[in-house]
Amino acid sequence: MQNLIEQIKNRKYRKKKRINRSKGGDIALFIILALFGVFSAFPLIMTASNAFKPLDELFLFPPRLLPRNITFDNFRDLSELMSNSWIPFTRYFFNTILITVLGTLGHVLIASMAAYPLAKYKFPGRTIIFTLVVYSLMFAPQVTATPNYIIISGLGLVDNPAAIILPAIASSLGLYLMKQFMEQIPDELIESAKIDGASEYRIFFQIVMPLVKPAWLTLIILLFQRLWITDGGSFIFSEELKPVSYALRQIAQGTIERAGTIAAVSFIMMIVPVTFFIFSQSRIVETFSHSGMK
Amino acid sequence: MQSKIDMKVKRQLLWKEMKKNKHNYVLMAPYVILFLTFTIIPVFMSLGISFTYFNLLESPRFIGLDNYTKLLLEDDIFVISLKNTLILAVVTGPVSYLLAFVFAWLINELKPKLRAFMTLIFYAPSISGNAFLIWLLIFSGDVHGYANAILMNLGFIDNPILWLKDPDYMLFIIILVQLWLSLGVSFLAFIAGLQSVDKTLYEAGAIDGIKNRWQELWFITLPSMKPQLLFGAVMQITTSLAIAEVSMQLVGFPSIQYAGHTIVTHLIDYGSTRFDLGYASAIATLLFLIMMSANIIVRSILRRVGE
Repeated sequence: MQNLIEQIKNRKYRKKKRINRSKGGDIALFIILALFGVFSAFPLIMTASNAFKPLDELFLFPPRLLPRNITFDNFRDLSELMSNSWIPFTRYFFNTILITVLGTLGHVLIASMAAYPLAKYKFPGRTIIFTLVVYSLMFAPQVTATPNYIIISGLGLVDNPAAIILPAIASSLGLYLMKQFMEQIPDELIESAKIDGASEYRIFFQIVMPLVKPAWLTLIILLFQRLWITDGGSFIFSEELKPVSYALRQIAQGTIERAGTIAAVSFIMMIVPVTFFIFSQSRIVETFSHSGMK
Repeated sequence: MQSKIDMKVKRQLLWKEMKKNKHNYVLMAPYVILFLTFTIIPVFMSLGISFTYFNLLESPRFIGLDNYTKLLLEDDIFVISLKNTLILAVVTGPVSYLLAFVFAWLINELKPKLRAFMTLIFYAPSISGNAFLIWLLIFSGDVHGYANAILMNLGFIDNPILWLKDPDYMLFIIILVQLWLSLGVSFLAFIAGLQSVDKTLYEAGAIDGIKNRWQELWFITLPSMKPQLLFGAVMQITTSLAIAEVSMQLVGFPSIQYAGHTIVTHLIDYGSTRFDLGYASAIATLLFLIMMSANIIVRSILRRVGE
């Protein structure tokens, strides 16, 4: 009996002890993480807390991390400022939401459709397409900005949300991650569905797509954060089609007195993607375990 | 004659193969059309336009290598932008890569809940949209700027520093903010890579005489996550050579004495402001070559890790 207890104790001990870890190292690790964590979080916390500070608290020194008198004045000022302008504030938000939702969903669907054959079949043209995708990760989109403008104006898409949405749908990082993730789906699953008489398209929509949900979330967040902050660039001229990020830039011209309003907009722009990430983190990280390159 | 028949047979086989895979082409078509239109064709267009004078109003006029000779021999501002871009890339590229890996590695030692929290803390800046504008307030040039206020209170400086207007500080601030933003997809890839390293390798390593966490890192962890390391390198190199947004928003466009000017802001200047598309395309083509060669060189070095 005594012996048995001893054994269990030992086993527990063995399980808990981590190999090759010293206590000093653990403490150093904790300090480093805490220091850089503060550096990383501080500006975001300031942004959030400034959004709820009255103007007199914004320029207190030393700056207070959290507001003493929480106020929604900045958000009210913001909506006043925007509704006094020619175009109401809500219109800018609507434009951003339209671009973000259509672009993101379009990307998830169209990139997944392309990723499935690349991951699971061998056919003429497969290697060249995937090689081009990998190479396209190696240069930034700015490289192609000028010809893109020419192509988009040639297609008659200037001043149309499609000018932002269509190039975003073809983003290559999303396709790359989706293809890598789909490779781990067992072939037997697809084979057995085929034997049951399912068509290729049905297999894709009813078997493959539900299995790669973690990768959807990853594609969504990557594209969402990109489209959410787009300002329309040189593609959108009409004021009533401009996204909210453009409007923010206009307000930001007002420099220091507008600090509260700027903080309010920054807060809105920040909180949406961050919240999304909080709820989907584990699945997003799961996708990236297949992101490796050969 | 024989080879002609061979070719014919080959073509027929290929056609048969393609017909068999019809559904694959159908599924891929929408993406491939958009991808070719907005990513691949533009690279070649850019190359073509770079040999012309083109302002969108008149049709392009072939001028040979004029844009390139002007760019490399006469354009002093391009030289400044090239220098700034290389400084920014050489600092932010490797440093952000190392930070992403080191933090992922340290976070991996934590318990799952704390790990998720720290991942959020480090990853959040890169998805926070315009939140980096808060740095305008931190480095504001008057006494209300947090950095000035703190340094003055501690007695390091007597007068506020014009952080965002003084060419001596601009690059430093762009680097700082860019690093703050840099724990993005490669950071997530490293976290995921560390979690999927086979745990039994560590036990086996301990038996084989690995004594501490550093040896474990070098002999087991790094070789096991080589694919993620390669992926992360591509992401960080491409980002670090394309710095523009942070510079334009924080130190202005154009910045004083062009101290924050980069290749991409130079490209935007000619492409969107001056509508000299031929010249902009020459800049873009050079940038493309710089990015591709940096990636290919670094990849071939990283491939050798642990071999």
